[in-house]
Amino acid sequence: MSGAAMTADLPVEAARRTRLRRRRAGAMAGWTLCAVAFGLLGIAMGWILLMVLVRGVGALTPTVFTEVTQGTGGGLLNAIEGTVVIGIGSMLLAVPFGVGAGLYAAQFSHTMFARVIRFMADVLVGVPSIVLGYFGYVTMVEGLGWNFSLAAACITIAILCLPYICRTTELALSQVPIAMQEAAFALGAGEGRVAFRILLPTAMPGILTGILLAFAISVGETAPLIYTAGWSSYLWTGEIVRSPVGYLTYAIWAFINEPFAAANQLAYAAAFLVTFMVLLISIGARLALLRRR
Amino acid sequence: MKFRRLLALIAGILPASLIAVIGFLAIYSWPALRFNGWHFVIGTTWNLGNTYGTPILRDGVPMLPGAQYGILVLIVGTVLSTVIALALAVPTGVGAAIFLAEAVPGRMRLWLSFLVELLAAVPSVVFGLWGYAVLIPLLGQHVFPVMEKVLGFIPIFAGPTGSGYGLLTAGIVLSLMIVPLIAATLRDAILAEPMVLREAAAALGATRFETVWKVVLPGVRKILIGVTILATGRALGETMAVLMVSGNALNYLPPNIYSPVSTMAAFIVSQLDSALQDPTGLAVRSLAEVALVLSVISVGVNAVARFVLYRSGLKGARV
Repeated sequence: MSGAAMTADLPVEAARRTRLRRRRAGAMAGWTLCAVAFGLLGIAMGWILLMVLVRGVGALTPTVFTEVTQGTGGGLLNAIEGTVVIGIGSMLLAVPFGVGAGLYAAQFSHTMFARVIRFMADVLVGVPSIVLGYFGYVTMVEGLGWNFSLAAACITIAILCLPYICRTTELALSQVPIAMQEAAFALGAGEGRVAFRILLPTAMPGILTGILLAFAISVGETAPLIYTAGWSSYLWTGEIVRSPVGYLTYAIWAFINEPFAAANQLAYAAAFLVTFMVLLISIGARLALLRRR
Repeated sequence: MKFRRLLALIAGILPASLIAVIGFLAIYSWPALRFNGWHFVIGTTWNLGNTYGTPILRDGVPMLPGAQYGILVLIVGTVLSTVIALALAVPTGVGAAIFLAEAVPGRMRLWLSFLVELLAAVPSVVFGLWGYAVLIPLLGQHVFPVMEKVLGFIPIFAGPTGSGYGLLTAGIVLSLMIVPLIAATLRDAILAEPMVLREAAAALGATRFETVWKVVLPGVRKILIGVTILATGRALGETMAVLMVSGNALNYLPPNIYSPVSTMAAFIVSQLDSALQDPTGLAVRSLAEVALVLSVISVGVNAVARFVLYRSGLKGARV
């Protein structure tokens, strides 16, 4: 006991204590800053969702779902339909090629071409969506004379979604045990049979998750559609080219700048529909993925 | 063998579409590229010329009298808004990642991480809407005037503070859009660091925070660099949110941090209608050149990021 009292008086010991106190204070400050950083994210997230929820629900009336846009008012039926049609159309185009690319990258993963696909997919993700929209405008809307049309919109969104579908497919396929493939090969199955009977069925839940997430992206995109889909206040005519299509994200962007309250209300209603469609799809897809693990 | 070749044909659509995008933009903007030369990236004036004038021929390219296309202002706007976004997003992302990986117990970590990933799923135009309806009135009327009073002695923070549309607002919105990418990737990387390192640090008497800060974080340095570059690429090309909050200034170099700006991506959307007024088509082709420059920059930045991330051993990085 007297030993402890003596060591406390030593200058070395006092310095050690000060240093320890400083280190503890530093740790405390560090943890606090980290919590604040996370808190900021949480507040921003909550704020955005709350705004969309409160103002969106306030703007949701039955006419939003039953009528088309008329001038600065009316409903959003045309936009809801357009968003769904564009989403389905672009998935029909993107899924075969995206899954095909992912399958090649996973099944023949050591070939040069697989490496090229992987790299190109990663680079394509980095191409700004507005650039894809301008590409669609230059080649299809102008070049092929399709004007603003469903075809131009779907092809542009399909290109945007290709790399996401490819990479998630490849990731899902790479988790299929090698032994299963080897067993199939040993039984005399060819590469095609292994792909269709072993790889794709086993990885199907993961692949579907990727496709769902890509669909969510197509619902939430705006920039590539402005130049390819145009905007229409009427229901889809069933034409693939030369007839513009309305979509929800356009309503958000265009109607919030209108000086009319009715138009602003439509913008908030559209924001509510888009946000919760996208979030529900994302949550559903991720929960499905979590449950399997 | 036949299956493999068929599959390669289908798979080839992906690389082919990337090449087509860049290729067609290059071909389409070729007359503009030749006409504008280097002046395109150093000129500060974007002027369609006299749209009622008779088109004249220069260097074999028909143009409107007085037309000139310089996008230095846009490049500056793009770079500055991205820099502000990174300055805000990197510290926040690192802090949030440490909090998620080290301070929160397992079950709760799953749900809180989920929240961060949901933020990444919110569409860009909704961020724009929030910026327009909530952030701009708040910043323009309350925050910017105070910032000007407190920090006004630093030239870039000096007034006038404007209406809230501008560089800093765009930077804040952009930072919220890239933070989830940084936080989620870094959280995974921190969790994947070997336990032995932490135990060794603890055995040497380090506090838990010192372990994280001096042992774990240096270990994920390369991943942090890679994902920061990746986030840079995303911020450079972000369109809708910036379009809605940046003020879309034309031919105007920002004198301070509150000033309205425009970025390359937002400019392409805001200017197409007026570019179509040019009967010679040179304006639309010059816009294609903006798209080309933007995609070359983004692809370059992205390729560097992927290279760094591959090298750091993070396979199958988040897309």
